Amino acid sequence: MLELKKICFRAEDEGVEKTILDDISFTIPNGKLVAITGPNGGGKSTTARIIAGIEKPSSGQVLLDGVDITGLSITERAQAGIGYAFQHPVRFKGIKVRDLITLAAGKEIGHSDACEYLSAVGLCARDYVTREVNSSLSGGELKRIEIATVLAKASKLSLFDEPEAGIDLWSFQNLIEVFQRMRDNIEDSSIIIISHQERILNIADEIIVMANGKLQRMGSKEEILPSLLAEDAVRTTCRGIA
Amino acid sequence: MNKKIELDAIQKRLLIEVAELHSIPEGAFNIRANGASAARSSTANIEIIPKPEGNGIDIHIAPNTKNESVHIPVVLTQTGLKEVVYNDFYVGENADVTIVAGCGIDNCGPQDSQHDGIHRFYVGKNASVRYVEKHYGSGDGSGKRILNPGTEVYMEAGSAMEMEMVQIKGVDDTDRSTIAELDAGAKLVVRERLMTHGEQNAISKYTVNLNGEGSSADIVSRSVARDSSFQKFDAKIIGNAPCSGHTECDSIIMDAGRILAVPGLEANNVDAALVHEAAIGKIAGDQLTKLMTLGLTELEAEEQIINGFLA
Repeated sequence: MLELKKICFRAEDEGVEKTILDDISFTIPNGKLVAITGPNGGGKSTTARIIAGIEKPSSGQVLLDGVDITGLSITERAQAGIGYAFQHPVRFKGIKVRDLITLAAGKEIGHSDACEYLSAVGLCARDYVTREVNSSLSGGELKRIEIATVLAKASKLSLFDEPEAGIDLWSFQNLIEVFQRMRDNIEDSSIIIISHQERILNIADEIIVMANGKLQRMGSKEEILPSLLAEDAVRTTCRGIA
Repeated sequence: MNKKIELDAIQKRLLIEVAELHSIPEGAFNIRANGASAARSSTANIEIIPKPEGNGIDIHIAPNTKNESVHIPVVLTQTGLKEVVYNDFYVGENADVTIVAGCGIDNCGPQDSQHDGIHRFYVGKNASVRYVEKHYGSGDGSGKRILNPGTEVYMEAGSAMEMEMVQIKGVDDTDRSTIAELDAGAKLVVRERLMTHGEQNAISKYTVNLNGEGSSADIVSRSVARDSSFQKFDAKIIGNAPCSGHTECDSIIMDAGRILAVPGLEANNVDAALVHEAAIGKIAGDQLTKLMTLGLTELEAEEQIINGFLA
């Protein structure tokens, strides 16, 4: 279970202090897949980076299973059970896909295990396991390998920042299935997916809506999704008229 | 000629580091220890002949020799020993061989130990050579461990040479010079990996002449400069015929390290296609962050990134 308590994050932008996150509090219970959505620049990715420990909040607390992890480093949080798939995955010259998955698993894993994680994200394992995680991989391939590392890590809380970005339409259904399988085997862990995609929101148990650094709404998918879609339809119509 | 080997434990460890030799190698070999030959063996196709002056060997590889290897490692454990050794390789037409060289110096004394190995390769028509050279230094003496390899490669038409040069640890000073002359259709591939630390200095200079039509060279150096070490990579490819050449220097700089990359191209023929790339930078912050989100400490992440980069 992850709790955010009164998280504020301020940063300087061209000499002016700006509030990026303003009093964000929510709880992600075990056994739930929660989607965070909302317009770009609303604070979703910053929230993810604060959970992973990459940014330190200006005030507020982050708790994992009731333990305050606000002061822990990225490494300590990873070891405490937080997994994080980057929105923009990183390339490494010389490090092979298999090496990265082994590092994620935290132990030596067999060839077949490495292949299983790659197959789960729709990559033909045989073609990828010995490839370098470098610029020879396309954005979509890299994104799927990124997701495979988080699958291999087996975390208490797995966090995915816009996993659909850069993934082609054909693979998208595959991606949904990956998250559905994760949801089915969730047991006493939980998942956060930051997404704009209706089909991802549709497999969530709960949805959080963020805008302008604030938590706008939070509730069950049944509660939130219909109103979100209605708003979106209104915006589309307005743009159409203009 | 065969001789008995009496190597001590340090020399054996050096042999493992530079030539991955855990026992007497298969095929032809010459092991040089503290300025003298400790063991030598020729085969039916590969003959190793000591130079009369005692300052090196001639290696004659018969035409059409296939899938054979030559090991010629050098180990130095005597502080203050300085030597210049000339090894000449004559590779017959259509031969296909692997040559493993390399030098390990263990210096526990106050005086500098130095090995300057001058290797000349005469690669016959359509012959193919894989050359592996590893350099390694150890020992905690105040004397330096110095290696100044000079390599000359003369490649006849249609020949191919792949050179893997590795120096990862412990060598204080290196001034490496490699020159190559390529005839028509000859192909040279160089993969250099270098890590310097402490106060080390490493200079690596290449001059490659592509003289024949269809000849090609691909020289790639990956290096890491740590602590206060200094590296200079100076690679020049000269295209004198329709040919293709590529040189790349890719470096990670850390701490107070310094790197100077001087890629050079000279085209003397309108159909010479030459490319150079050079990049120097510190380890990207998001690479460290990614590995830390997998549970590695910052130091562990750094080691993984460097190991991968130099793999």
